[in-house]
Amino acid sequence: MPVDEESLLEFNPAYDKRRKIKQSFFFFLFRGAAVVNGIALLIIVYFMVVNGWRAITWEFLTQPPMESMTKGGILPCIVGTFCLSFGAIIIALPIGISSAIYLNEYARPGKMVRLIRLGINNLAGVPSVVFGLFGLAFFVVILKMGVSIAAGALTLGAMSLPVIIGATEEALKSVPDTYREASLGLGATKWQTIWWVVLPSAMPGILTGAILGISRAAGETAPIMFTGAVFFTPKLPTSIFNEVMALPYHIYVLATAGTEIEKTRHLQYGTAMVLIALVLGMNLVAILWRARLRNRLK
Amino acid sequence: MNVPEQSKNDDSPEYKMSSEDLDFYYGDFKALNNVTMGFKSCEVTALIGPSGCGKSTFLRCLNRMNDLIPISRVDGKITLDGENIYLPSVDVVMLRRKVGMVFQKPNPFPKSIFDNVAYGLWVNGIKDKAFVRDCVEESLKRAAIWDEVKDRLQDTALGLSGGQQQRLCIARALAVKPEVVLMDEPASALDPIATQKIEELIHQLKEMYTIIIVTHNMQQAARVSDVTAFFYLGKLIEAGDTDSIFTRPTKKQTEDYITGRFG
Amino acid sequence: MADRRQTTEKNMRTMFFIIATASIAVLFLIMLFLFKEGLPIFKTVSVKDFIFGKYWYPTSDPADFGIFPLIVASVLVTAVSGVISIPLGVMTAVYLSEIAKPRVGQIVKPMVEMLAALPSVVIGFFGMVLVAPFLQRVFGIPTGLNLFNAALMLAFMSVPTICSISEDAIHSVPDALREASVALGATQLQTIVRVVVPASLSGISTGIILGLSRAIGETMVVLMVAGGAAMLPRSPFDPVRPMPASIASEMAEAPVGGEHYYALFATGIVLFVFTLFFNIVADYLAQKYAQVGEASL
Repeated sequence: MPVDEESLLEFNPAYDKRRKIKQSFFFFLFRGAAVVNGIALLIIVYFMVVNGWRAITWEFLTQPPMESMTKGGILPCIVGTFCLSFGAIIIALPIGISSAIYLNEYARPGKMVRLIRLGINNLAGVPSVVFGLFGLAFFVVILKMGVSIAAGALTLGAMSLPVIIGATEEALKSVPDTYREASLGLGATKWQTIWWVVLPSAMPGILTGAILGISRAAGETAPIMFTGAVFFTPKLPTSIFNEVMALPYHIYVLATAGTEIEKTRHLQYGTAMVLIALVLGMNLVAILWRARLRNRLK
Repeated sequence: MNVPEQSKNDDSPEYKMSSEDLDFYYGDFKALNNVTMGFKSCEVTALIGPSGCGKSTFLRCLNRMNDLIPISRVDGKITLDGENIYLPSVDVVMLRRKVGMVFQKPNPFPKSIFDNVAYGLWVNGIKDKAFVRDCVEESLKRAAIWDEVKDRLQDTALGLSGGQQQRLCIARALAVKPEVVLMDEPASALDPIATQKIEELIHQLKEMYTIIIVTHNMQQAARVSDVTAFFYLGKLIEAGDTDSIFTRPTKKQTEDYITGRFG
Repeated sequence: MADRRQTTEKNMRTMFFIIATASIAVLFLIMLFLFKEGLPIFKTVSVKDFIFGKYWYPTSDPADFGIFPLIVASVLVTAVSGVISIPLGVMTAVYLSEIAKPRVGQIVKPMVEMLAALPSVVIGFFGMVLVAPFLQRVFGIPTGLNLFNAALMLAFMSVPTICSISEDAIHSVPDALREASVALGATQLQTIVRVVVPASLSGISTGIILGLSRAIGETMVVLMVAGGAAMLPRSPFDPVRPMPASIASEMAEAPVGGEHYYALFATGIVLFVFTLFFNIVADYLAQKYAQVGEASL
């Protein structure tokens, strides 16, 4: 071993100091990035709450808009959003759960599964406004549903499908194989095993997925603009073929197309706050629930 | 029991590393209990014992690898060249350079063979290309793998066989010129022929390094080590010359383990 | 008895298979209707004039259907948002998976997820009423509703996607590699930069591409914040009109079956092709390098 080269490997305090300073600097940056995200969330929520707080009254939540939407409340929007998002989930949940069961329990890896997964991934990537176009051309025009809860919910349901499938698959994967083997070993068929053993253990995970799906659907605007939601209707829906108002679309309309945008600011903030409370509330429940499930599985 | 004899003079310069009254906790679980022993230069020390006895945990205390586990805690002291490595002033990065480690499963980086060995030099600030090249070659030779890889240094290390990967990992550890090399069951994931090569290698390496090896294979301990220490339930039961431990153990538990009555 | 059980079993299997193809069916229907309603516009305008035409005056007489300014707007808004969201998302992922103490991570991670949950219309509204006046005052520009503002808002919408996928990828790097690096005397930063990030690069790229794909397809933010001018921008503070904004704002006025209606669907085709491309690349990356992180035996 040449001795003079050995010295190159000796402790180099200057280098060591440099790399430590570098580490502190970069860790500061990394932490900063995380903080920026948190701040962004807090700022948005803060402004909506501070400005929207005063608009929230009992009347605001229980009355229809009045005087060309410069006064009154948002009851039809709340009801409409409720109908659209629950309609969407009622459509997407059975299809999504069944798809996930096929992919996770029945399918053997191969071209078909690859194709289905490619389909799901790409469906998840389709822009929301394209879903709107699709819903308009197919449900509203061709199937003659008109602008209605049915057309809007179907469009939103198609959009929620990948979310539900993803969440269900994750839940199914977390069920230990030993459960399946135990059931199959007792002479149960595959379907019996799925129905009595796998689905019950996966149910909490599936339900969190469903909650996330509803909240996503409730916040979407572009897919319902042409298919389910309208500018203004004071009536509450009585059939699934009625058109409705919706919270997100109402915010958009008031903020951009109202006759007196500045004067209705407080209504805009108030509506935004209701929507945020609805969506983040559902998400928080789902996130906390999921975290608890994961901890329990560890 | 010859442990207390060792511990009496653990500041004596003949020990390269030593531990004194070492306790280790994972959360509330006490994984090591009052371990005191020393390691001499140019000797191979084997740590043996049934699984879960704390031998790997003890090994990982020696280069503070357990620091990476958030809920762990250490009491007592470990010295390297007479200095306590658990003092707050000690730079753990420098410590790990002096006390290298080879892991149970071969864990080459998903990089080329050359880059794997050169990595330790690069991160320690050595940029001189010729020097790095020489160092890589020398380390690969010392790890007895040079002839097998010299023509494909730029190929990915993941293409090597398990035994080759493990020798590459040893070369990687040697490249930063450590003084002590810790080996955590380095041959347990390998076939007999690869194991034999690793054992021969350990034999050659002890001329230059202090080697501490964890193994669950008693024949291996007998073959490669000068000193053997038997751990059981987080305690050091007995340590001494490998010959005497295997032929005349002083403790009943050691004898039971060695003769295969448990473990 | 056994026979009947087997038949039921077979039927269940077939039923689940059929339902599982629903996603492909929907995707196929989307494409079918986009093309059915979009292609007729090419009777009036050539494909080349449609894509590279510089003028978008769909309601003039005669109308101009050139979506080049819209495509450029979409690409620019996405690119600028990527400049912000990629470092932010990847760095947050590194922080969460490598640096943060578990307790801090348990607070920050839900916050990032909540950011993803904010409805796009709320982010658009925020950009409109708060960020726009702020930019206008600080930079002394005529309007705060512009390319930069839209990109900024979009960035915060794609950060959660980039962050969570990158984090999963970083998480899947075996600890053995970190230990090997640290045992050689590398600092934590060196371990992250030279070992962990390279080993998870395919996952991180997948996250980045999906994040950008989300940005280019996002509608409400660009509709409310980008300013709406169908012109080629000269500076980041010029108003623009990305494709989704054009579709969303004009569809209400475009009579079903008219040229304008067809032109908007054709714009939808272009947008769809963009996102399809992004998704196929992401899928390819995820498949091809799925095993890279597993370096051990």
